[in-house]
Amino acid sequence: MKLNKVLKGLLIALPVLALAACSSTSSTDQSDSDMAGQGNTVQVETVSQGMSPAEQMRQKLETLRQENTIYFDFDKATVRSEFIETLQAHGAFLTANPSVRITVEGHSDERGTPEYNIALGERRAQAVVQYLQNLGVTSGQISTVSYGEEKPVDMSRSEAGFAKNRRAVLVY
Amino acid sequence: MNIVKLLSVLFVALLFSVKVQASLEIVITGGVDSGRPIAIVPFTFKGATLPNQRLDEIVAADLMRSGKFSPLTSIKMPQRPQNAAQVDFAAWAKEGVEAIVVGQITEVGIDRYSVSFELIDILKGSSGANRQALNAGRIVSSGDFILDSRETTINGSQFRQYAHRISDIVYEKLTGERGAFLTKIAYVLVNRKLEFSHQLVVADYDGANEQVLLRSKEPLMSPSWSPDGTKLAYVTFEKRQSQIYIQDIYTGRRSMLSSTPGINGAPVWSPDGKKMAMVLSKDGNTEIYTMDVNSKALTRLTNHRAIDTEPSWSPDGKELLFSSERGGNPQLYSVNLLTGATKRLTFEGEMNLAGSYTPDGNSVVMVNRIRGQYNIAKMDRKTHFLQVLTKTTLDESPSVAPNGSMIIYSTMHGSMQVLALVSMDGRFKARLPAVEGQVKSPAWSPFL
Repeated sequence: MKLNKVLKGLLIALPVLALAACSSTSSTDQSDSDMAGQGNTVQVETVSQGMSPAEQMRQKLETLRQENTIYFDFDKATVRSEFIETLQAHGAFLTANPSVRITVEGHSDERGTPEYNIALGERRAQAVVQYLQNLGVTSGQISTVSYGEEKPVDMSRSEAGFAKNRRAVLVY
Repeated sequence: MNIVKLLSVLFVALLFSVKVQASLEIVITGGVDSGRPIAIVPFTFKGATLPNQRLDEIVAADLMRSGKFSPLTSIKMPQRPQNAAQVDFAAWAKEGVEAIVVGQITEVGIDRYSVSFELIDILKGSSGANRQALNAGRIVSSGDFILDSRETTINGSQFRQYAHRISDIVYEKLTGERGAFLTKIAYVLVNRKLEFSHQLVVADYDGANEQVLLRSKEPLMSPSWSPDGTKLAYVTFEKRQSQIYIQDIYTGRRSMLSSTPGINGAPVWSPDGKKMAMVLSKDGNTEIYTMDVNSKALTRLTNHRAIDTEPSWSPDGKELLFSSERGGNPQLYSVNLLTGATKRLTFEGEMNLAGSYTPDGNSVVMVNRIRGQYNIAKMDRKTHFLQVLTKTTLDESPSVAPNGSMIIYSTMHGSMQVLALVSMDGRFKARLPAVEGQVKSPAWSPFL
């Protein structure tokens, strides 16, 4: 939660810094709508190409890193439809940036045996890889690692906890 | 800043002979009175410095844990004989006791103790005494009811070890099978509060004398003993991928055995120590392979798009058991290593996983799931009769003692993952609670 706030802060701050660097205008993105609501005494222009390609990429990456977890049903390795949009965003970025490499981590909940869960985690990672490859991401860009039940994010061993642990994570 | 997050987490510390405070302590959870009644009489002590370990208590605890014996508590003992000549057979027979152990400890020097003990058959002794009474003048030979007697000199640090030795002798004399009280267990201890959160630990089978063999910031899994008991194979994620390593437990020397893309998991040594069964996903699916430990040559044993994992050798090394999802849900299968013939072994329950043979090859021990409950079960190989042995929660990683008397496994106790013991007949149950951290993946050593 806190990390998310920091990242969001960065998302806002980065373009601002970029603008400052270009020294084009002193207004900020944040104040655009406020100003517009006050009437027509001023007109605010934005600089849409203010960021270098590297900075644009970094901004996109930050967004992708916030949406990097795909959750799975119990004992299943099928990507649920609600995560397709997320994977498409990652797929688009990776095809546009073929030099970027990611690791897909597969995880399971704590039920079942550790070895079976390693296999299940691998399957989940593979399901994500397959989806990304269908979108045009090359196999050389992706590696997988299955941690099985060894790295739970929720230790409560409740149904809700198990659901949070059954996941694949795209790590840039 | 690197786009690809390559965290250099290779801080793996090798620590040897580091004695951590004993964090395992056995809590009996069931079946105390089901075994044969025996008594371990407190050993008498002659000397100035009382040793801090009670031999009789360690021996009694050992024998009780096997599920085969029910040692009498010391308050119920009718007398405290220190040798066979002092034994009142009738008094012990009245308590229903079959056999007793008596002994003496004598301080013979600085940190040197002479320990002697006798294992006495009460039934034989009391009937012998009767015969003696009937046939006056005929003396029963003294060796008749003394099943074993030994004397040795040890130092203060060897008390636990020697107590386990006494247990082994008593167990073998009374059951006819070899005792496993001088064996060890390897397990993984996870304490997320520590920088090196994962530790590979070796301890006595009862949890005492823990020694950390490896500390890592990343997960460690699946320790497996070499048949000679000098090495452990295990899985490490220290390079952010799974790899199989072998580590000599005495020298600390490590060598990497497998590091293919994807899974490198579930290493299990063959009975002759020459091969390692393992799970790899390098060819796409999760499959079982055997590797020649010296040449590293691989032989692939399974070829199925379903999950195949958890290989385990038959005692004769001719067959591997494994778990497979090929029938829809995970069940146990066996594959003949010569012919490649594969057959399904388990049909009962929603899932059967983590199978291994008992040392006599007659039974298979596994994790069985019925109505969502994961418990340890045993199946007779011929009759296919399946017996669920435990009632604990989320049981996994069963490992059988080398004499087939007990199973150690990991289970949940409250929110903690702990190790538990169950006797092979399911009658005796005990828990080994950890003070801090989750304890998992126990592996029972061979006879050492």
